[in-house]
Amino acid sequence: MSALQQYIDLYNGHKSLVDSGSAQVLNDLRHSAYEVLRDMELPAKGSENYETTDLEEILSPDYGVNVGRVNIDVNPAATFHCGVPSLSTSLFFSVNDLYAEANDARLGLPEGMYVGSLRQFAINHPEICGRYYGRCADIKNPVVALNTMLAQDGIAIWVKRGVKVDKPIQIVNILQNGAPLMAVRRVLVILEEDSELKVLTCDHTQNPDVEFLALQTIEIFAERNSRLDYYDLEESTEKTSRLSAMYVREGEGCELVIDGITLYNGTTRNEYHALFEGENASLHLYGMGIEDRCRHLDTYSRIEHKKGNCKTDELFKYVLDDDATGAFTGLIKVEQGADKTEAYQNNRNIVGSDNAKMFSKPQLEIYDDDVKCSHGTATGQLDDMQVFYMRTRGLSEHTAKLLLKQAFMADVIDAVRLPGLKERLHLLVERRFAGSVSSCAACNSACGSDK
Amino acid sequence: MLKVNNLHAEINGKEILKGINLEVRPGEVHAIMGPNGSGKSTLSMVLAGNPAYTVTGGSAEFYGKDLLAMAPEVRSHEGLFLGFQYPVEIPGVSMVNFMRAAVNAKREYFGEPPMSATDFLKMMREKRAIVELDNKLASRSVNEGFSGGEKKRNEIFQMAVLEPKLSILDETDSGLDIDALRVVAEGVNKLKSENNATIVITHYQRLLDYIKPEFIHILYKGRIVMTGGPDLALELEERGYDWIKQQVDNEENNG
Repeated sequence: MSALQQYIDLYNGHKSLVDSGSAQVLNDLRHSAYEVLRDMELPAKGSENYETTDLEEILSPDYGVNVGRVNIDVNPAATFHCGVPSLSTSLFFSVNDLYAEANDARLGLPEGMYVGSLRQFAINHPEICGRYYGRCADIKNPVVALNTMLAQDGIAIWVKRGVKVDKPIQIVNILQNGAPLMAVRRVLVILEEDSELKVLTCDHTQNPDVEFLALQTIEIFAERNSRLDYYDLEESTEKTSRLSAMYVREGEGCELVIDGITLYNGTTRNEYHALFEGENASLHLYGMGIEDRCRHLDTYSRIEHKKGNCKTDELFKYVLDDDATGAFTGLIKVEQGADKTEAYQNNRNIVGSDNAKMFSKPQLEIYDDDVKCSHGTATGQLDDMQVFYMRTRGLSEHTAKLLLKQAFMADVIDAVRLPGLKERLHLLVERRFAGSVSSCAACNSACGSDK
Repeated sequence: MLKVNNLHAEINGKEILKGINLEVRPGEVHAIMGPNGSGKSTLSMVLAGNPAYTVTGGSAEFYGKDLLAMAPEVRSHEGLFLGFQYPVEIPGVSMVNFMRAAVNAKREYFGEPPMSATDFLKMMREKRAIVELDNKLASRSVNEGFSGGEKKRNEIFQMAVLEPKLSILDETDSGLDIDALRVVAEGVNKLKSENNATIVITHYQRLLDYIKPEFIHILYKGRIVMTGGPDLALELEERGYDWIKQQVDNEENNG
């Protein structure tokens, strides 16, 4: 039996239970997702764009899925404190895939926006939700199909025309259970014309000995002249797997910053699919991974320039140690007619041990002849002369290498535009390399379990 | 303080130092001169402990301790400083963080607590003044985007912060204009005391107008082939190295 079959059987056996815990708009797409999965074989490890990641293996554990929407007796909102001194956020939670929010989460949020449970959004605003839900994510992507078949709730953010949300929205995703569990999360972000939003998500795992799978699909619709910062931080455990597929549509004049930061993880595959649908838009897609032990991080990105005068700036950096593996697959495709496109793709990696491995596949496909594009990748070791120079000033070899690894990540961190988060990340990355216990970029206390 | 005896060293299997003998006492200033490729920089790298070089024979003692057995950072703690000919750029590491780490590493080595932030900043200010180093450079990444002169001044600034007993300055004068040369040389002179010593490695007499060495050593083919007083430098400036090369080569051929 393939790993998928257990979830197909689960759905078949509990259709009405799944539906009853969700909303009509979400339920409407389940059957087509089911049909896709029924007729599909998972892409094998080693096949195109899945060179290093084995979906079959990731999906094979006997994960429980909370189709009955049983509440676990934890209220993160009551005990949670944000640890970033100068970062004030509106705090929302998903515990596994159940929605929760802090008591004062809505303080300071402007009129003209919705943030909260996706299920509730689909019930309250079925027309809006139906206009966007599932319209951007590719149902043929196995991660999306499985998510669409099983997702009952998640987070929706809808910012109406012209509304600028100054206070960042922070979503803390907590995995907490005594037995292996799959959390099926769905995120829908809608920015209408001229709106602005900043989002920070933090993924945590509370039980280091339990296997978890976070299966998430994120759809982002950025309409004309909107601005979005989306920071996605993973700080989970070695027994946590994460399959994340983000789909972005950018309209004319939009400015997006998307930043995927992996500090601690187990096995992670992050996909970014972006499409420029209007002119004069920009996307800064950044990411970093700090991988040691047997951790695995696979980044896949596909950015399509359909319209001219748009700019992509893509940079992913990895530091790999021990037996860790990293993979980067990036495609920027410039369609015919997308004149004056600027697209830069860069992947830089440091491999610090004999057994760590990095696989990098940068790609450009250009069908227009009036563009500025470049791509590059480099994988290497720390510079011996830099290490020696620092040692002659009295720094130990260990400290010198630590500082150099931190320095290597500096440009990714400095691209963060949330001031409090940027400083906090510098500190967290320092601690991460130093090997000390770390908690989320934005948070400590309730989520700060030993990793 | 430093006793180098019959030191041999190689890099990538190629022998560069072929028996160096050198003794330096507190309060002294030595100059090492010599034609290109004679092993001057190799000597500085070996004394500072660059792991790329292998010592194949001989010894070096620093205050009676085996210098060659120490890690580069321990040599630094014990009071050895190397001013680099080509100071290394370290993007992403700020000068101030770098210096704080260096100062506190040394304090830790001697069992002292880290320096307080106020004391540290005060010290940085004082030391900066010695080489007229711009405050802005402190917040920048180490040597990144520094001009040639700023890099060399930055080396002397670091020397001032670390207060070494023995400083080896490897071609600190190369790439400097006259004004920068004066500032750097004055910095070195201000830091000079009867308890510390300096070895300057240079091609030119020019620097020696400012930093007055008592001893001039000529390095050629991996050995010190001649040692003299300040007059030797003047003679070299006038006559070049050829007469020394000839003399040594003749001796080799005859021997």
